[in-house]
Amino acid sequence: MTTVPTFSRGRAPGEPPPQAAPDPPAPRRNRRSPLAKREGRVAYLFLAPWFIGMVVITIGPILGSLYLSFTEYSLLQPPEWLGLDNYRRMLDDERLHTALRVTFTYVFVSVPLQLALALALAFFLDRGVRGLALYRSIYYLPSLLGGSVAIAILWRQIFGTEGLINQLLGMVGIEGEGWVSHPDHALSTLIVLNVWTFGAPMVIFLAGLRQIPTMYYEAAEVDGAGGFTKFWRITIPLLTPIIFFNLVLQIIGSFQTFTQAFIVSGGTGGPADSTLFYTLYTYQRGFGSFEMGYASALAWVLLVIIAGFTAVNFLAAKRWVHYGD
Amino acid sequence: MATDLESIAAPDPAALAARRRRDGRKRRLLKHVVLIMFGFAMLYPLLWMVSSSFKPSDLIFRDVSIIPSEFDFSNYTDGWNALARPFHHYLINSAIIVGFSVVGNLLSCAMAAYAFARLQFRGRRLFFAAMLGTIMLPIHVVIVPQYILFSELDWINTYYPLIVPKFLATDAFFIFLMVQFIRGLPRELDDAARIDGCGHFRIFWRIIMPLCLPALATTAIFTFISVWNDFYSQLIFVTDPDLYTVPVALRTFVDSQGESAWGPLFAMSLVALGPIFGFFLAGQRYLMRGIATTGIK
Repeated sequence: MTTVPTFSRGRAPGEPPPQAAPDPPAPRRNRRSPLAKREGRVAYLFLAPWFIGMVVITIGPILGSLYLSFTEYSLLQPPEWLGLDNYRRMLDDERLHTALRVTFTYVFVSVPLQLALALALAFFLDRGVRGLALYRSIYYLPSLLGGSVAIAILWRQIFGTEGLINQLLGMVGIEGEGWVSHPDHALSTLIVLNVWTFGAPMVIFLAGLRQIPTMYYEAAEVDGAGGFTKFWRITIPLLTPIIFFNLVLQIIGSFQTFTQAFIVSGGTGGPADSTLFYTLYTYQRGFGSFEMGYASALAWVLLVIIAGFTAVNFLAAKRWVHYGD
Repeated sequence: MATDLESIAAPDPAALAARRRRDGRKRRLLKHVVLIMFGFAMLYPLLWMVSSSFKPSDLIFRDVSIIPSEFDFSNYTDGWNALARPFHHYLINSAIIVGFSVVGNLLSCAMAAYAFARLQFRGRRLFFAAMLGTIMLPIHVVIVPQYILFSELDWINTYYPLIVPKFLATDAFFIFLMVQFIRGLPRELDDAARIDGCGHFRIFWRIIMPLCLPALATTAIFTFISVWNDFYSQLIFVTDPDLYTVPVALRTFVDSQGESAWGPLFAMSLVALGPIFGFFLAGQRYLMRGIATTGIK
């Protein structure tokens, strides 16, 4: 009879308790009464804007880009059918391979670091620290700002040759290089930026930690468990659904990083393509050189990659995510 | 009897407790020192940016302190007039888009959420699943056909491509948020209103909406922040310098005279962050709840 800590439960007092995801069972009627029919019509009216949006802004364009991915299209002439040529072209596209390498490095280095930091801080803050709300807000602030052009501009300065970081290093006698202008380091500065926004997952972790009943810890203490044992045997297992949730969310988000790389590299993905994120390359092909067909193919591959990783994540979750009994 | 048991478990409870208290106090103090230092390190770049926006440009490369030695507003006046239009022009443009986006999201998402949470209709499960499926859809997949569609409509270099989708509930995140919230409201309220002769539109508008205020506030704040910060779609759909929004204007600024004008750039970047910071201070409660329920940043 373990309580499953779900992320939707961390609510302020006085709010209506959220219900679990599954719908309340609909009253089954074989013959729909006039009243039910009327309700159906009203429902469609309420849904009309969403429905139009779904068809015109979402589903239509998804199918449209699938079609375009098999064509050559420059916006000026009608699309020309190419079959699989765009996909074949990817196999020999060196810049695409670079973009994949850059993006994968970014995702698989920054997401674990970010989540580890978020978890550590959440754990640290959870034990009834006075001023919790203040600390939480301070650590959360970068998450709100991190995706903005303004912060990317700041990053471009502080990791520049004469930037803040090198000034600080200079004070302790180290002569730093231009971080954003060096192909070996430019990506690291963006990884640091992503890690810097650990506040959002941290808030989710905090909400999850609050759901773990204290009686587990009390019971473990009676059995003589120390802090370390409690952390590994109680906190972590009960928190795995939230770790999983954060992991899925952050991976999906990080694959789509665009603004920071665009601003820091001035839209080029440089130096030497070291910050050529997948989305940036797709943008360059589509809206730089107006190869709309190829850009669509690239976008679809991104969709498949993200969906693939999410699926793998869900499959792997069966092995390590603990949903209680 | 109880006292007996306790004394067996801990031979000298008073002394032990006193020691524990002393240790605890030391530990707590240490914890706060670590937390404050870490928080300072996190915010240092931001604080330095604020301070640097008041420094002459050459000092930015030499001074790491977060307290400016003198207050000089020339970076702000220079930055304000550095682009083709004064900076408030771009602020107004962004505000227009954000304003319409907030209204659009609130209306369209709340309507869809009411239907999903309270009404019975054919295909409800399927539509709900489809809606959830679009939450995580990368914009990169749909942007090219959207661009083609909007250029067919002659909407490129207008704000319609940025605003109209918000009135069509395309931010499924917020539908989900509100569905969860509405499901938590007692159904008896609807039933009572129905018995009193209220139709669905009145129940929606007079009963559900007022009770949804917290969820609406969360939606409004997150829409504000995400649209204000949004760069990608504004970069693609708006290429006329007169229509530039704040992020696109900043991008032009940094690319045209970037490295030579850090002072004015910092100043305008901070102006751009100002509204976000304001909402952060004012809307704490809703922000924290929003992240805890949906995981959006």
